[in-house]
Amino acid sequence: MVTRVVVGAHYGLKDWLAQRVTAGFMAIYTLVMAILLPLAGDGYEGWRALMAHGFVRFITFLFIVSLCYHAWVGIRDIWMDYVQSTAVRLTLHVLTALALVGYAGWAAQIIWRL
Amino acid sequence: MSTRTLQFKIYRYDPDQDAKPYMQDIAVEVDVTDRKLLDALVKLKAKDDSIAFRRSCREGVCGSDAVNINGRNGLACLTDLNTFPEGKPIVLRPLPGLPVIRDLIVDMTQFFKQYHSIKPYLINNDPPPERERLQSPEDREELDGLYECILCACCSTSCPSFWWNPDKFVGPAGLLAAYRFIADTRDQATSERLDNLEDPYRLFRCHTIMNCVDVCPKGLNPTKAIGKIKDMMVRRAV
Repeated sequence: MVTRVVVGAHYGLKDWLAQRVTAGFMAIYTLVMAILLPLAGDGYEGWRALMAHGFVRFITFLFIVSLCYHAWVGIRDIWMDYVQSTAVRLTLHVLTALALVGYAGWAAQIIWRL
Repeated sequence: MSTRTLQFKIYRYDPDQDAKPYMQDIAVEVDVTDRKLLDALVKLKAKDDSIAFRRSCREGVCGSDAVNINGRNGLACLTDLNTFPEGKPIVLRPLPGLPVIRDLIVDMTQFFKQYHSIKPYLINNDPPPERERLQSPEDREELDGLYECILCACCSTSCPSFWWNPDKFVGPAGLLAAYRFIADTRDQATSERLDNLEDPYRLFRCHTIMNCVDVCPKGLNPTKAIGKIKDMMVRRAV
């Protein structure tokens, strides 16, 4: 195969936009939790009651998904910048995606296991 | 006429003679009438004619004497000698990130390849009118801050994204030129131009580091132009 520089993958805008939207949402979530956490009761029971609330469940789930998508774009960009071999880069992309999906499931399990 | 002595540390490399690059310490006498760094470089060349650098118009229009001055890219012909701190040598290196041909001269092939990749010319398939394609003053105003680029490469060679991917990332100079034609109301290839840049490498390697804005000797703002290209892509997509 002839080695040529190939560009024109025709994606980028969606990820760029998603990274900004997720960052905005995470900033708002942080502010909301900064208000709600002190209002929750002390200790494990307080946290559990807070996380059992429907609204908090909704925004916390969105936060976990946002964090993972945001991290996916950021980490992938780092691999794209620094790893030149396509095979190694693809492997790292796959490992990153798998790890992030795993982390999302794990985070949900930690917060909502009863 | 009174003179003063300036100390220089200059990157030297002649691939025909040197195994590797080295920094040369050299001093030169300049007259009070020598105001710009390029004047001192010309004196240096008279003293040691093996030193190689590019220069042409000596007034910040041709963009050929871009070098790395004390760690910062700039044009030798626009850099005032009085801005250098007393007693410290002036460190000159070639523009970073491009292959060195000799001393301060770099191979700009990659830079111009990226520039050409954005089709830096007006695309309009209508038959040309008898005199010229007209624009309203407001439409013409949009091109201010874009058309003034002299392609000196100070911006692209100070951009870390361009250092890592010079073969794939268009770079600030190329993207500024791309927006110059995207913004031109006489151009009919806006959509093709946006398609050409809709790529994780070509446009979206820009992470708004803004080194380009910091060093541009013409005071232009490639980051702003890149932001406008992204805005247009969003407007087209949603």
